[in-house]
Amino acid sequence: MTHSASLNQTGEGTTDAPRARYLRIATLLGLLLLTSMGLSLALGSFPTSFVEVGHALVTPQDSDIAFIVWELRLPRIVLAVLVGAALAVAGAILQAIVRNPLASPDVIGITSGAALAAVAFLALFGTALSIHWLPASALTGALLAALLVFLLAWQRGISPSRMVLVGIGLSAAMGAVTTLLIVISDDAAAMYAYVWLTGSLYAAQWQDVLGLLPWLLVAVPLCLTRARHMDAMALGDQVAQGLGVHVLHSRLVLMACSVSLAGAAVAFAGGLSFVGLIAPHIAARLVGRGFARLVPTAALIGALIVLYADLLGRVAFLPKDLPAGIFVSGVGAPFFVYLLHRTRYRSG
Amino acid sequence: MPSTPAKTPRLTGEALHAGYESRRVLDGVDLAVAEGQLTVLLGPNGSGKSTLLKTLARTLTPSAGRVCLDGQDIHRRNTREVAQRLGILPQGPSAPEGLTVRQLVGMGRFPHRRLWRQDAERDARAIHAAMAYTDVAAFAERSVDALSGGQRQRCWIAMVLAQETDLILLDEPTTFLDLKVQVDLLELLSRLAHEHGRTLLLVLHDLNLAAAYADRLVMMRDGRIVTSGTPRDVFTATHLKGVFDLDARVLEDPETGSPICVPTPRRGARPSARPASPTVDRRCIS
Ligand SMILES: Nc1ncnc2c1ncn2[C@@H]1O[C@H](COP(=O)(O)OP(=O)(O)O)[C@@H](O)[C@H]1O
Ligand SMILES: [Mg+2]
Repeated sequence: MTHSASLNQTGEGTTDAPRARYLRIATLLGLLLLTSMGLSLALGSFPTSFVEVGHALVTPQDSDIAFIVWELRLPRIVLAVLVGAALAVAGAILQAIVRNPLASPDVIGITSGAALAAVAFLALFGTALSIHWLPASALTGALLAALLVFLLAWQRGISPSRMVLVGIGLSAAMGAVTTLLIVISDDAAAMYAYVWLTGSLYAAQWQDVLGLLPWLLVAVPLCLTRARHMDAMALGDQVAQGLGVHVLHSRLVLMACSVSLAGAAVAFAGGLSFVGLIAPHIAARLVGRGFARLVPTAALIGALIVLYADLLGRVAFLPKDLPAGIFVSGVGAPFFVYLLHRTRYRSG
Repeated sequence: MPSTPAKTPRLTGEALHAGYESRRVLDGVDLAVAEGQLTVLLGPNGSGKSTLLKTLARTLTPSAGRVCLDGQDIHRRNTREVAQRLGILPQGPSAPEGLTVRQLVGMGRFPHRRLWRQDAERDARAIHAAMAYTDVAAFAERSVDALSGGQRQRCWIAMVLAQETDLILLDEPTTFLDLKVQVDLLELLSRLAHEHGRTLLLVLHDLNLAAAYADRLVMMRDGRIVTSGTPRDVFTATHLKGVFDLDARVLEDPETGSPICVPTPRRGARPSARPASPTVDRRCIS
């Protein structure tokens, strides 16, 4: 049978306004991030001018300023950017999978798993063993916690809401053990643990940057290949399956991306958890639906948040160097309350 | 309606048993979905209509029996290839906040797109045609969640149409809509079958609308098919009693000849001929 005209009309050229808007916003955010990194590079406890910093950047010789710029500030700034981006993308993935804007990688136990492992490491070895092993143990803790949540929530497939419930329960249990460990460990280790738990980029090194970068280089492109699957799953599992999405498979891949990004970020910077909650939100406000646009935008916003939180911590209360986590939470907590308030009004 | 020679059905369920962890629902269902026709699945709440639709659309795996699409077990086929032939709209779908109509309809193109190979022109054509057919183009850039129930349902149907499948399964596409909107939707769906050669299987709630628009009716109860056939053959008082436990008389529409059921109120429930007070309202049967 032939299809009548109404089903065979040619498509008119559709103006793609959202796409233009996305490109504009992403470019702006990218430029903002670059200038902010430049600003951050010039500010610190040791007074440096833009000219000196610029000079030190191009001639990384043995001057004091070159050392400050290349070995102290730059790795810390780059790590802040990577951590922010990783947490934001992890949050964007998780919120999309769980279909709940209030979810963050915390809710599936990643942060508390990393915290428990880090604190256990500090309690067992004190600060005696090289602190360089701390990220590795935190990452292991994060991945194990996520795996445990996953296994406990598995029921002929994975239900996101069940995973959140299991995650919250397990997080609470791990939090209790973490507190216990801090209480019984010596003062120096306890102090270190507190700073780590708050989230800090203090004393970041190039080694940390190199430790985190590969995770981003693998997980971000991988999750982007699943962007359209994610958009389809936003319509519900059944609609997505009907459209030909392999829901379980896609969810596993995306979950693995989220867990490894959040785990790696937390391992190198501690509990900066709110970034994963806020950044995807602001990104969604700016560029709307569409996972392929949400991910880069959220990454840029997350990078900006952590960069400025760390900058504030470094220079606002000199000579003290405060953990970036304080400022992230300072902004994040009120934002969370606002979100709760808004969702209640929407559904009520 | 001209009686065309029956084409071999492309979608069939054979001895299907299916259910959920907690309970079994389908209990040996055999069904062949008639090609190029509009088939309506009827049955009381919880009789397993949605479960049957999900099983036929491979979103639920049967515990026994099998579903065949074009002669092959549907669960063994590549899910994307299935989605190029069969579209399903589940019961009560919900769109995420802020998703525009055009974006929703565009999702119907998922099975035809690949990361490295996309036919943008064909996609645009299919999306445009689906929106024109369902008459949603006027609010293409608005959020789906800000539309009326009838408009929203047309958007979802447009998404399934953009999928360009020959087989379309819809679970209660008209529930909770005004009668007029239901009629408009059914007109649209019936044209899809009769003018565009699509094969449709719908779950409907309204018995009279089902009898008026269906080429074939399938009646279910307790996870089994009780009877199936043309409305004239199966839409009888006996079957309505047997399937729905409904006491009704079945009349014939003098114009179209399609059967209509009129529930027979039990004594006492019937409104009296002379109302005791003028404020007593007469409830319409719908
Ligand atoms: N996801 C589910 N999990 C468990 N039981 C379900 C689920 N969906 C439906 N059921 C049960 O299966 C039976 C048949 O449901 P369904 O196929 O939705 O009926 P219908 O669509 O005819 O109203 C009902 O008793 C219902 O409670
Ligand atoms: Mg149903």
